[in-house]
Amino acid sequence: MTRIATARNDRGSAAGNAVEVHGIVKHYGATKALDGVDLTVQEGTVLGVLGPNGAGKTTLVRVLSTLIKPDAGTAFVGGYDVLRQPKQLRRTIGLTGQYASVDELLSGYENLYLIGRLLDLPRREAKARATELLERFSLTEAAKRPAKTYSGGMRRRLDLAASMIGRPRVLYLDEPTTGLDPRTRNEVWDEVQRMVAEGTTVLLTTQYMEEAEQLADELTVIDRGRVIANGLVADLKAKVGGQTLQVRPVDPGELPRMARCLHDTGITTATYSADTGLLAVPITGEEQLTAVIGVLGGHGFAIAGIDTKVPSLDEVFLAITGKPASADAAPSLVKEPVA
Amino acid sequence: MTTATLAPAVRAEDSRIGLAGTLRHVGALTRRNLMRIKADPESMFDAVLMPIIFTVLFVYVFGGAMAGSQDDYRQYLVPGLLGQTGLTLAMAVGTGLNTDFQTGVMDRFRTLPIGRASVLLSKIVAETLRGLLSFAILIGFAMCIGFEVRTGPLEVLATIGLALLFGMSIVWISMLLGMALRSAQAVQGVAMLVLMPMQFGSSIFARTDTMPGWLQSFTKINPLSALADASRALLNGEGAVAHPVMIVLVWSAAVTAVFAPLAVARFRKRT
Repeated sequence: MTRIATARNDRGSAAGNAVEVHGIVKHYGATKALDGVDLTVQEGTVLGVLGPNGAGKTTLVRVLSTLIKPDAGTAFVGGYDVLRQPKQLRRTIGLTGQYASVDELLSGYENLYLIGRLLDLPRREAKARATELLERFSLTEAAKRPAKTYSGGMRRRLDLAASMIGRPRVLYLDEPTTGLDPRTRNEVWDEVQRMVAEGTTVLLTTQYMEEAEQLADELTVIDRGRVIANGLVADLKAKVGGQTLQVRPVDPGELPRMARCLHDTGITTATYSADTGLLAVPITGEEQLTAVIGVLGGHGFAIAGIDTKVPSLDEVFLAITGKPASADAAPSLVKEPVA
Repeated sequence: MTTATLAPAVRAEDSRIGLAGTLRHVGALTRRNLMRIKADPESMFDAVLMPIIFTVLFVYVFGGAMAGSQDDYRQYLVPGLLGQTGLTLAMAVGTGLNTDFQTGVMDRFRTLPIGRASVLLSKIVAETLRGLLSFAILIGFAMCIGFEVRTGPLEVLATIGLALLFGMSIVWISMLLGMALRSAQAVQGVAMLVLMPMQFGSSIFARTDTMPGWLQSFTKINPLSALADASRALLNGEGAVAHPVMIVLVWSAAVTAVFAPLAVARFRKRT
């Protein structure tokens, strides 16, 4: 059995894959949280796992961190089997969850020192590493305060620091910025980019296309426990359209007619929402932007405002599957896809 | 497509943590448990103040009425309170464990290369330390208000050892509750529900021979009665020692034999 594991290990490193997942299935009763997921993360890159709430992202991360056992399939991290070599695997990973899992009663320093000791660092080294990471994550001043007094951003940073203690080769970030304000979100992004620059492999789950675009090299889009698309972020972006043009007509009643006009001229991806009073058109480049404006202007629609934005998760799903994301949460911009 | 059969085999040999590693992990986690107490001193109220409150309350309020004199009652009550204190502290383990699961701290520990027993063991070590402090306070305070150990220091140690041993077996029940119930409050509630009849339906506070027959049949099998009788025999030097001690030992072994595997299985399932 050991030999098989070693063979796997060699194959894993030869292929340069830090994470290899094949056909992972996880049921909870009748619900299939994961329904045959395949994915790979190349050493030193960032894979974004994009999906709505309940898509199975957290379940996937929990399988890959040995917190739960899959019902079927295989998964290797750093060449180690999640089922057969959990202890070795745990030495290669760091996990920052959606819910910052630090001990609230302990100070920032004590939290990090504890984890250092549990990772078998000698006392002095655990001390030094804790101090170093507190410094790096700008928590030195708050080092002695209990973590419960920290702000949301500080707590998330402490959680990141905690997952970095053992210098993991592979870092899982499970929705690292959910619930954070934009400034704090940017801080977390900066930190993640720094870790990636230092060579850490990252598997990042997110609900935000913007975050995936910002941090990931490759994307795997999952929905209802299945992979529905994967590829380079640039390729997916091209497919989705990179940006979305939003047009607000003076009279929302004209929205259907606007969409139809665009459709007639071959721009079939336009959608609109009566609720928001917006027409949304994914655009891939300047030409298309000009074309859309030209069509709308040509038909004499009175326009109150225009704006461009990064596509929402819903728009990504629409572009890939032709139907909106299955999530019950996340208010949908796209109510009625035309075409 | 089932992979359950693939599971073990490799796991054991190249991932063994070893005794030194486990001791280090338990040490670090115990330190954490003690730091938590330091950060939240109110959590020591049960260990520090409860023995004093119970002693004062029962000796002065009920003492005269129950045993004729406060002196006699003090001598009767204090040994039994040792067992009760051990029981109360044992029940606190489950609450702590529940909190760790709820807050996600347990998930963090479980992604670290440590033996899963380390987390449980460190809770037991920390509670034992709390228990020792609690016993010292109880005996010290009782002696201040006139309680006397009529035997010797060896008997005191034996009494404390017996109370700790019994508390240790109850820890497994506590852990099981901590993992089975949803919230820390629920754990505390159920613990109270179990503790109250156990404590008062025993010979800790009053002689059982005045109780009605149906209650006596409960107090007789209640291990807390045996623990209280054994402690009294050990500290006061009156009555048979061997018999109640044996009963406590058998109870401790039986409770551990039943609940330790259940608690560990539950822990494995959840982790």
